[in-house]
Amino acid sequence: MTLFTDTFLIALLAGVVAAGVPLLLAGLGEQLSEKAGVLNVGIEGMMLGGAYAGFLVAWATESIGLGFLAGAFGGLLVAALMVLFCVRLGLNQVVIGIALTLGAEGTTALLHHVQFSRLYPRLPEVPTWRIPGLADIPIVGPALFDREPVVYLALALVPLFAWLYRRTHLGLAIQAAGDKPAALDSAGENVLAIRALAVLGCGALVGLGGAFMSIAGAGVFVPFMTHGNGFIGIVLAMLARGRPLWVLLGAALFGACLSGSTALQVAGVDIPTDVVQMLPFAAVMLVLLIAGRNAKLPSALGAAYVRGER
Amino acid sequence: MPDGQAIPSAARPISGGAPIVRLEGVTKRYPGVIANDRIDMEFHAGEVHVLLGENGAGKSTLVSMLSGLQQPDEGRILIDGDARPIASPAGALDIGISTVFQHSMLVPSLTLVENAVLGRAWWRRPDREGTAARMAAMAARIGVSLDPMALTGDLSLGERQQAEIVRALMRGARFLILDEATAMLTPHDAARLGQLMRRLASEGVAVVFITHKLNEAVEYGDRISVLRLGRKVGGIAPETLRQMDPQAATGEVVRLMFGTHDMASGAAARVDPATVDRAGDPVLEVLALYAGAAAVPLHNIEFKVWPGEVFGIAGIDGNGQKQLAEALAGQEPISDGRIRLDGAFVDRLSIGARRGKGLRYITDDRLGEGTVGSFSVAINLLLKEIGAAPYWVQGFEKPAEITENAREKIRAFDIRTPSAETPVGKLSGGNIQKVLLARELTGTARAVIFNKPTYGLDLANIAATRQRIRDTAEAGAAVVLISTELDELLDLSHRIAVMDRGHLAGIVANDDAARRKIGELMSGVGE
Repeated sequence: MTLFTDTFLIALLAGVVAAGVPLLLAGLGEQLSEKAGVLNVGIEGMMLGGAYAGFLVAWATESIGLGFLAGAFGGLLVAALMVLFCVRLGLNQVVIGIALTLGAEGTTALLHHVQFSRLYPRLPEVPTWRIPGLADIPIVGPALFDREPVVYLALALVPLFAWLYRRTHLGLAIQAAGDKPAALDSAGENVLAIRALAVLGCGALVGLGGAFMSIAGAGVFVPFMTHGNGFIGIVLAMLARGRPLWVLLGAALFGACLSGSTALQVAGVDIPTDVVQMLPFAAVMLVLLIAGRNAKLPSALGAAYVRGER
Repeated sequence: MPDGQAIPSAARPISGGAPIVRLEGVTKRYPGVIANDRIDMEFHAGEVHVLLGENGAGKSTLVSMLSGLQQPDEGRILIDGDARPIASPAGALDIGISTVFQHSMLVPSLTLVENAVLGRAWWRRPDREGTAARMAAMAARIGVSLDPMALTGDLSLGERQQAEIVRALMRGARFLILDEATAMLTPHDAARLGQLMRRLASEGVAVVFITHKLNEAVEYGDRISVLRLGRKVGGIAPETLRQMDPQAATGEVVRLMFGTHDMASGAAARVDPATVDRAGDPVLEVLALYAGAAAVPLHNIEFKVWPGEVFGIAGIDGNGQKQLAEALAGQEPISDGRIRLDGAFVDRLSIGARRGKGLRYITDDRLGEGTVGSFSVAINLLLKEIGAAPYWVQGFEKPAEITENAREKIRAFDIRTPSAETPVGKLSGGNIQKVLLARELTGTARAVIFNKPTYGLDLANIAATRQRIRDTAEAGAAVVLISTELDELLDLSHRIAVMDRGHLAGIVANDDAARRKIGELMSGVGE
């Protein structure tokens, strides 16, 4: 069978990584936010904000590194609004999250139209870090160990978060903020500060994921380019039940679906593109059906914390 | 403050001397109510200071100001003689004030140790082993046994409270507030907590114990303060309390709480079991009832209740009482058996149809399934008739009729609410119960099931509810009274059944031997 040539397999695996990294960052960010009790539906907006800010800065400064930094900051800015409305003012998290997503979609589309609609600039290819030794493994090597630094960062975050949740005071405080905020408050910790920290951290991670899509993935910014990646991140966080490693597995699975659909098209398999593009979302529904049944979420998820209120 | 050093040494002067905490003219207002009105109070080291009061007397507000959750509008709080605001829970902890709330303040998904290290500097690694050792040592010191590595969610409420007290002492608490701490405990656990309080006081801790159970107040307290409608209406100083026998002290407290002497002993005399005429047809007949799929499966339940009779169901909570009540009301599917109301089978009928035939169920879950907290009192009074004439005509609401109905019932059942439009969730437990009673007892009630009708109510509302139960029976309805309080059943019922693991272990007439027989049935001796 000519379909499974080495080149094809490398492209397929590289595609899994390219599609999976934004999902991984989104899932880890959402997990952090949800653990602290904030259901962050604005994650899609944060991702777009990061994608736009990252592309803009990378293009203007001609520095990829600054671009990624700006992406994280762009996501953080949108998250700051979430903190203000949902954590500080205690407004409904779902409503504000949807509003932030719609707002970010409109704003970035408008800005893109004003700035780039006639130029359509492209960014140069992002330089990769070749890990000596590992990169020489056939197939897996070029796909996994000759990648953009952000890929390594995203992978390193998985054990880092696992350690944070299991081994640190901050991890305990985050879990308490989501499970029983009143207990945390009466222990003398600032619930709102912990939640704000978690949401901002989420924003930065998700923004970085967005920047990865625009800078490393596409090389351009296109309005609505994150199409649904943030929402899949919410699903991943829910299925992972608080474990970062599961987010990684989920991101790999959905990344494979996304990349598989592209690979199938490239390989010239004759399936209508609409069906192929539907694949990842069908996978989401299938996985939710199988594993979503007893997903356990923090008990105070989605509820604003107001001291003294029962 | 470091962990090990916690309880102030017992060598310190106990009682007397300057108070640790002193309230001067403390006032707190909420929209429409004065929750605390110029309260003066003193709390001394080495004393158990009992705060007594009915629901809504202002105890919780006082606690939330002492624990830093709320700030007083007027007046001041002196700590060791200095006026210092308690700005936050963290500030209260710094002063040495710890609160154990009625509902546990431990994170269920963390272990006890992890709960104990919450609130430490977040950049430091949690020292699980060291903290566990200190926790075990502190527990041993005050005579409590606990496993620091246990997951909080797996422990009983009593164990969680003990762990909370240990945690408070580890943090250097010298002023410990127990807010309705015994309300949800089993009698055994409550007694243990009482002993623990005495031990802490003897070690020099100032204990504030909030309760509405008189016997606990008299048994464990050194000093008693009574709150009524936000005011401190009196108290008993330690010297006086020591010289009184429990009976006299209880009498004095009742006088302070209600302004009368005899409310506590129950207004009416015991019922006479012979007053029911069992010659005629029963109103409610339960024939070989099974509910296999219920959380506590019911098997082979049989009983009959005649007009005017109160049929009590005793038993330890969780032996299928709720399932039986729901099976009768139609909320729990039955797998076999029949239910007859006034001679007609109702077991195939829907909940609404059974209600229409006069079968009423007053749930123990007043806010959960009994009412919709955010709806007004007026709508809650008609919750089971929404859409029906004359309150709704062709789908349109008739506000005048709805309000008139509400006004009538608020008057008839003495529901204390600011208005008929007030959301029912804002009322006290006793008044929510009155809303439920008003809704279920009007119209043609033929058989009424009361599930733990006085649970969590204060004395005045308990008396009022019990009177309603008597009135219901006297009006000719059959009453099924489910309760975990034996005295209540002995006061009100004509016959009493004992429920054990989904089955009626036996039915006894309420005569002089009833208490002994029920005890035997509950412990599995009789049969």
